[in-house]
Amino acid sequence: MDWIIILRAGVASGTVLLFGTIGEIFSERSGVLNLGLEGMMLIGAMTAFSVAVNTGNAWMGVLAAMLAGGALSLLHGITTIHLRADQVVSGLSLTFLGAGLSLVFGEGLSKAGTISLIPTWTMPVLSHIPFVGDILFTDQNILVYVGYLLVPVAWYYIYRTRPGLHLRAVGEYPAAADALGISVSRLRYLYVFVGGTLAGLAGATISLAISPGWFSELTTSGQGWICIGLVIFSQWDPLRAAGGAYAFGALRRLILDLQGPTMLLGVANPFYYNPYLGFFLQMLPYAFTIIVLVIGSREAMRKRLGAPAALGVPFDRSQKE
Amino acid sequence: MTSPTVPSSPAQGLKLPFRVQIEKRIEQVPRWMPAAVSVGAIIVALILGGIILAIVGGNPFRVYGHIARASFGSWGVLSDTLVKATPLILVGLACTLAFRMKLWNIGAEGQFFIGAFAASAVVLTPIVPEDAPKFVMLLTMAIAGFIGGALWGFVPGILKARLNVNEVVTTLMMNYIAVSWNNFFIYGVWSEGGFQMSKVFPKTAWMPRLADYASEVTAFRGITLHLGLVLGIVAAAVLWWVIYRSKWGFEIQLIGDNPRAASYAGINIVRNTVLVMMVSGGLAGLAGMSEISGVVHRLQGTISPGYGFTGIIIAWLAKLNPFIVILVSILFGSLLLAGREIQPSGIPRLIQGIILFCLISSDVLLRYRIRVSRAEQE
Repeated sequence: MDWIIILRAGVASGTVLLFGTIGEIFSERSGVLNLGLEGMMLIGAMTAFSVAVNTGNAWMGVLAAMLAGGALSLLHGITTIHLRADQVVSGLSLTFLGAGLSLVFGEGLSKAGTISLIPTWTMPVLSHIPFVGDILFTDQNILVYVGYLLVPVAWYYIYRTRPGLHLRAVGEYPAAADALGISVSRLRYLYVFVGGTLAGLAGATISLAISPGWFSELTTSGQGWICIGLVIFSQWDPLRAAGGAYAFGALRRLILDLQGPTMLLGVANPFYYNPYLGFFLQMLPYAFTIIVLVIGSREAMRKRLGAPAALGVPFDRSQKE
Repeated sequence: MTSPTVPSSPAQGLKLPFRVQIEKRIEQVPRWMPAAVSVGAIIVALILGGIILAIVGGNPFRVYGHIARASFGSWGVLSDTLVKATPLILVGLACTLAFRMKLWNIGAEGQFFIGAFAASAVVLTPIVPEDAPKFVMLLTMAIAGFIGGALWGFVPGILKARLNVNEVVTTLMMNYIAVSWNNFFIYGVWSEGGFQMSKVFPKTAWMPRLADYASEVTAFRGITLHLGLVLGIVAAAVLWWVIYRSKWGFEIQLIGDNPRAASYAGINIVRNTVLVMMVSGGLAGLAGMSEISGVVHRLQGTISPGYGFTGIIIAWLAKLNPFIVILVSILFGSLLLAGREIQPSGIPRLIQGIILFCLISSDVLLRYRIRVSRAEQE
């Protein structure tokens, strides 16, 4: 096994989780839990692939996927922000709706043939750094670099800018934000939409770069839900989210590669000789998500920090607290 | 006392000639209203679904007509609809119990699979010999299925109770783990001749069907309705009693509505969380047992067209009332039954999603009053 290649591919597949997780962080920071991530990613993956097939331009696909994810997220915005519906149930229905829409409109798309994908690029100077350069800056698709940029930008935005302060205020103490003249519902719509576009981008990253194609629900295979676990693990911090996303990406990649070689660490590879054991490998990302959630929850209890205080609570201007 | 009002922020956006106000209801809604709103939401959902069908080039009238005919058109298909409704009833009840406590068990799908696995293990290991009396065999399978599902609910339950780990994500992750676990046995251990399914169960492990009595009552010929439906109805009755008449049901409801008050009242939230998740998982596991013992008669990968997820919608649509769960399950059973033949294949899922969306949107009519009035000059 070539570790460089595995890690390089791991970073690429972690980019999907990164986009989804950071999008959800924005949404949850504003106080709106959106469990529809899986549905929005599916819609994004389907739209991206479909548009790329029909226009021959991968970037048009990416753009359309972001708009589609954003549009779907606005539905969640209407039900939870305006109609004050339960965010958990609304998010779940968004998952069904996104899956249903993408299955219906993606019918027959899996036989669409080859399309233009997101190009890869080797960064001139940085790729010469030993080891790190080989993994991070060599032959990566452009969206991976977008991910590198997104992490510090999101962190800086949330913690160091005025709009970021407003975002946190709306999620922690909407009544105070409201008293300062910030429109709580308008900001929540905005960040739910941001979350939706990033989820769409995550979907596009799958279908146009990481594992090109449209394989109905198997396209995302629960990655949206892993993102929601990662948000809790990350303590709503983009930097920690990046660590978690890339680690999970590498894990997903490693599972694929573990089944190939005949020898593993000097002994006969059980996963090669008994392919059925591979089903236990397939459980790992999901089992690790649970473990990571436990770690995140314990830490939150110990440090007494955690979810934005108003997460999941509809804001009603008329209710005085 | 006047009810508080929310003006539709006049400073924002364009000026409309009327104002929409959302007021919190202070009075009880009339008794007929929740049902009427739900039915209205379903109708709106079917219209929206029809529009999307038309967009992708289908004929909504033909599709809906087909669903109606293919699920209620004759005694035979009606029985098939009820067969599809059977696991949905049990899974819907599983979600109903958990949702009463605001525990979001969305892992019914995985609990269903593990229930099916555990019941299969009774037959295939074998734990009970093949020639054991049918009664012993079925009872052991049912108990195994319940325990399997309950164990699958226990993990998220204890994590939620002790460490406050979000149960939405854990139950969902457990679904994927359950599918892989089953696949290991279906592809590897119990595979029959390299196919992705176990051998057919011996007849002692089959739940009795109406068709079995065709020699006595000729009308039963070909009717696949099986004992699982009785199981579902009994479970619904028991759950109804638990929720509305028992002390435990009261505790569950109180924790769901106001955990702080429940805790002050001395109700053990940790224990109840674990217990509710286990019973909820157990019911879903029972659904898995009923499905393989009553319908499939072997363990294979394709035993569920998303029963577990449909159960979430059913519980919500039934407003968490066990008897209404039965009615709604029949409706969704027909959708699943007819949905097998509808192209594109995502249509049933899409309609489910739209129904749920319309439903939660319509709830606002019950909690708030919407008043449209002429704009005032400010």
